[in-house]
Amino acid sequence: MLATSLVIALPVLVIIGSLFGGYSPAWEHLIDTVLGDYVVNSVLLMLGVGAGTLLLGVSAAWLTAMCEFPGRRFFSWALLLPMAMPAYIIAYTYTGMLDYAGPVQSLLRDTFGWGYGDYWFPEIRSLGGAVCMLSLVLYPYTYLLVRVAFQEQSTAVLEASRSLGKTLPATFFRVALPLARPAIAAGVSLALMETLADYGTVSYFGVSAFTTGIFRTWYGLGELQTAAQLAAFLMLFVFMLFILERQSRRRLRFYRTGTRQPPRRIALCGWRAVTAVGLASAILVSGFLLPASQLAIWVLQDPARAAQPAFLALAGNSFLLAAIAAACCLLLALFLGYGKRLFPGFAQTTANGVVSMGYAVPGTVIAVGVLIPFAWFDNVVDSWLRETLGVSSGLLLSGTLGALVFAYVVRFLSVSLQTVESGLARIRPSIDESARSLGYPPLSLLRRIHIPMLRGSLLTALLLVFVDVLKELPTTLILRPFNFNTLAVRAHELASDERLADAALPALAIVLIGLLPVILLTRNMASDNAAS
Amino acid sequence: MLTTHSPRRPGTRLTVLFAAAVTTAVLSAGTVAETLNIYSARQEALIKPLLDRFSDETGVEVNLVTGSGDALITRLTTEGRNSPADVLLTSDAGRLYRARQAGVLQPVSSDVLTAAIPANLRSPDNLWYGLSVRARVLIIAPDRVNTDELQDYEDLADPQWKGRICVRSSGNIYNQSLVAGMLAQQDSAQTQAWLDGFVRNFARPPQGGDRDQIKAVAAGQCDVALVNSYYLGAMLQSDNDEERQAAEQVELLWPNQSNRGAHINISGAGVTRASEQPDLARQLIEFLVREDSQRWYAETNNEYPVRDGVPHSRLLQAWGDFKADALDVSELGRLNAQAVMAMDRANWK
Repeated sequence: MLATSLVIALPVLVIIGSLFGGYSPAWEHLIDTVLGDYVVNSVLLMLGVGAGTLLLGVSAAWLTAMCEFPGRRFFSWALLLPMAMPAYIIAYTYTGMLDYAGPVQSLLRDTFGWGYGDYWFPEIRSLGGAVCMLSLVLYPYTYLLVRVAFQEQSTAVLEASRSLGKTLPATFFRVALPLARPAIAAGVSLALMETLADYGTVSYFGVSAFTTGIFRTWYGLGELQTAAQLAAFLMLFVFMLFILERQSRRRLRFYRTGTRQPPRRIALCGWRAVTAVGLASAILVSGFLLPASQLAIWVLQDPARAAQPAFLALAGNSFLLAAIAAACCLLLALFLGYGKRLFPGFAQTTANGVVSMGYAVPGTVIAVGVLIPFAWFDNVVDSWLRETLGVSSGLLLSGTLGALVFAYVVRFLSVSLQTVESGLARIRPSIDESARSLGYPPLSLLRRIHIPMLRGSLLTALLLVFVDVLKELPTTLILRPFNFNTLAVRAHELASDERLADAALPALAIVLIGLLPVILLTRNMASDNAAS
Repeated sequence: MLTTHSPRRPGTRLTVLFAAAVTTAVLSAGTVAETLNIYSARQEALIKPLLDRFSDETGVEVNLVTGSGDALITRLTTEGRNSPADVLLTSDAGRLYRARQAGVLQPVSSDVLTAAIPANLRSPDNLWYGLSVRARVLIIAPDRVNTDELQDYEDLADPQWKGRICVRSSGNIYNQSLVAGMLAQQDSAQTQAWLDGFVRNFARPPQGGDRDQIKAVAAGQCDVALVNSYYLGAMLQSDNDEERQAAEQVELLWPNQSNRGAHINISGAGVTRASEQPDLARQLIEFLVREDSQRWYAETNNEYPVRDGVPHSRLLQAWGDFKADALDVSELGRLNAQAVMAMDRANWK
C-alpha cells in the first residue's frame, strides 16, 4: 500500500526535491518585488472561493436533500451542471458579457447616454471577479459531497433534535451541519486546491496569484528550478492545511447510525418555496445557463464552422481518457482509503496526504514531475540495452497515453480519495467488527458491506474525476502522444489565440459530455432512493 | 459518440476504444520510413495546413504535438537523445534562444535558408531559423490621438498619456520581448525610467488579450493600445460584427519609423539534437520558407513573411510598408529575464 502511494507520489516528490537544489538569485528579485503580491492574492482568492463554495454548496445541498419544494428533483441534478464548465471558459463568457466593450455596458451607455467614467460598474476582470467565477464552477464539489452526507444522515437524529425542542435553524447549525463536517471539509478543500492550481482564470483576469508567479518565473525568467521550488512551497502549504484539518477532527467521529432511512423532507410552501426556487434558479442560471447560452450564441453565429471533421475524434478521445482515468482513480482511492481504514496510523495518513498534493499544483508542474522520472527510466533502460544487447528501446513510457493517465491519477487522485474517505468515515467500525466476527475476510467485507453502503460516494468520486479530466488542459497538452488531441486542447488553442467564438463549440461539447455522467449519477441516486 | 453510447455494455466499448487509441499511438510513434515528428508551440491551426501540404508533396508523414514552448523544451531536455522529435517550432525568438541554451538543437546549414532569411532573424550558428515576422504596433483612436504627439514607443511614458493607455499583462511574451528589445539598445536605467512612466499612464490594470485592448480603444476606455498587428487583422476579417466594427474604429500606427523601427518578433524552427534525420528536417524548414508557404502565413494569420520579395496580402498592404527594428532577435531571448525583472520593478502586473 505504501509502495503504491510512493509511486503515485513520485512526481510530487520530484518537485518537493527541488527544495534541496540550489537557490538562484531570482529568489531575491521575487522577494523584493512580486512574491508578496502573489501570496496575498492567493490567500484572498482562497478565502473568497472558500466562503463562496461553502455558501452555495451547502445551501444547495440542504435545499435539495432536506426540503421539498417545486422543482426539487430537477434542481437536485441540474445544480451539478456548472461543474462541467471549465473555469477559464466561464471567465471568457462573463468577460464577453460584462466588460466595458461588452453588450451589457454598451446597452447601459446607449440607454442613458453615458460615456467612459460616467458610471460605476463592477470590474469583471479583477480578484472579486475571479472569486465569483471560481465559486460558480467549484461549488458543485461541496454540493455533491455534502448532499450525500445529508442524505445519509439518519432522520432519527434530526427528528430527535426537533423533538428535543430545537428549532429548524438550530437543528441545521447544531446537528446536521456538524455531522456533515467531513464532507464539507472534503468538498471545500477540493475547491480550494483547484483554486490554487488555477492558472487560466487568474491569468486572463490579470490577477497575480501564486500560479501566475510559478509560470512567470519559469517562462519569463527561464528559471524552471525556482518555479519548481515555488510549486513545492505551495504543496507544503496545502499539506499543512490538510494535516491541520485532519488533526482538528481527529477525536471526532461521524458515523451513520442504524439502518438507512431516507430523510423525511421538510415541505416548503408559500414564500419559503419561492425563496428556495429563486435561490436554486439563481445558482443554476449564473453558473450554467447564462454562460452556456453565451457559448451557444457564439456557436450559432457561424454554424458552418461548427462542422469540424475531427470533432468526433476529439470527443471520443476526451471521453476515453476521462473514463479510464476516473476508473483508475476510483480503484486506487478505494485501495488506499480502505487500507487506511484497516491499518490506521500515521504512515498511511501521511501517505494519503502526500498523494493528495497533486491536486493543488498546476497541471504543467505535475507534468514536469512526471516527465523527469519517466524519461529517466526510459533512458536508463535504453542505455543498458544499448550497452548489453546493442539495441535501442527508445522511449517506453514517455509520450504514451499511459504516462498521461498516470499524470491524471497523480493530479486527481485526491478528488476520489477525499470522496471515498469521507464516505468510509461515516461507516461505523462496529459494522466491520461484527462482519469480521461473522467470518467475513476483509475483501469480502469491502465487497458485500462497504461498497453497497458507499455507492453514492463511489459514483460521486467517479463523476468528479471524469469531469475534471474532461476539462483538464495543461497536463494533456505537454504529455500527450503525437497527433492526439482532446476537446479541451482544441478549446484552449482557439481561446489562447483569442478566437473565443471558435472555441465555443469544443467548450460546449465538454459541457455536454460532462452531462452524461451527471445524468447517470442522478438516475442511480434516484433509483437508490426509490429502493430504500 | 453521444447517441451510440450503449449504457448496458460500456465496458466493452471502452476497451475497444482504448485499444484503438493505443494502436494509433503506437503506429504513429512507430518506425514507418520517412516520418517527421514536430513539437510545436505554434498552434495546430496555424501550422497543420502547411505540414499537410508538405506531406502531400513529399510523401513524408508529419506528426505533431503542440504545447507551450517552455514545456516542449523541457520535454525535449528530459527525453534526451531518445526524444522522438525532429523539429521544434516556436512562436517567439526567446524560446529558440532558450532551446539553444538547453542544448536541444543541432546545427543545420542550408544555402537556401541563409539566402532567404535575413541574418538578424536566424541564429548565427545555424541552430534555428525565423519563419514569420510578428510586429508589435500602436493602435489608436484617430479622433482622440494627435499623431504629431505619438511617434515612438518612448513617447508613451510622457505624462500627457496618463490614464489613456491599455496593454495586457507583462506575463505576455511579446510585451517581454518589446522591453528586452529596448534593453538591447539603450541602458537599463533609461529603460527602467520609461517603464515607470509607461506603467503610470495605464488606463486600467493590465488584463485580457490583445483583442481586448483593441476593443477597449474602440469603446473609449483608452486612446492607445499596444498589440501585435495580426490581431487587428483577425478582427477586421472576423465573422463577428461587433469585433469587425470595433476594429474599423481604430487605426494602426507604426512606431519608431524615424529611428530604430517597429519592434518585431519571429516564429521559428530548429532541428532537434536527437533527430536522426536532420536532412529531412532541413527540407521541411526549407519548405516553410518557400515563397508560397510564406504567402500562406500572411493570408492565414496576417503575419509578415520572413523573406523579401513575397507579395503581401491586401490587408497587409493597406497598413503600408514599415521599417522593422534590425536588432538580432537572439537578443530578445538573452535579455528576456532582465526584461521581466524590470517590468516587475515597474509594477507592470
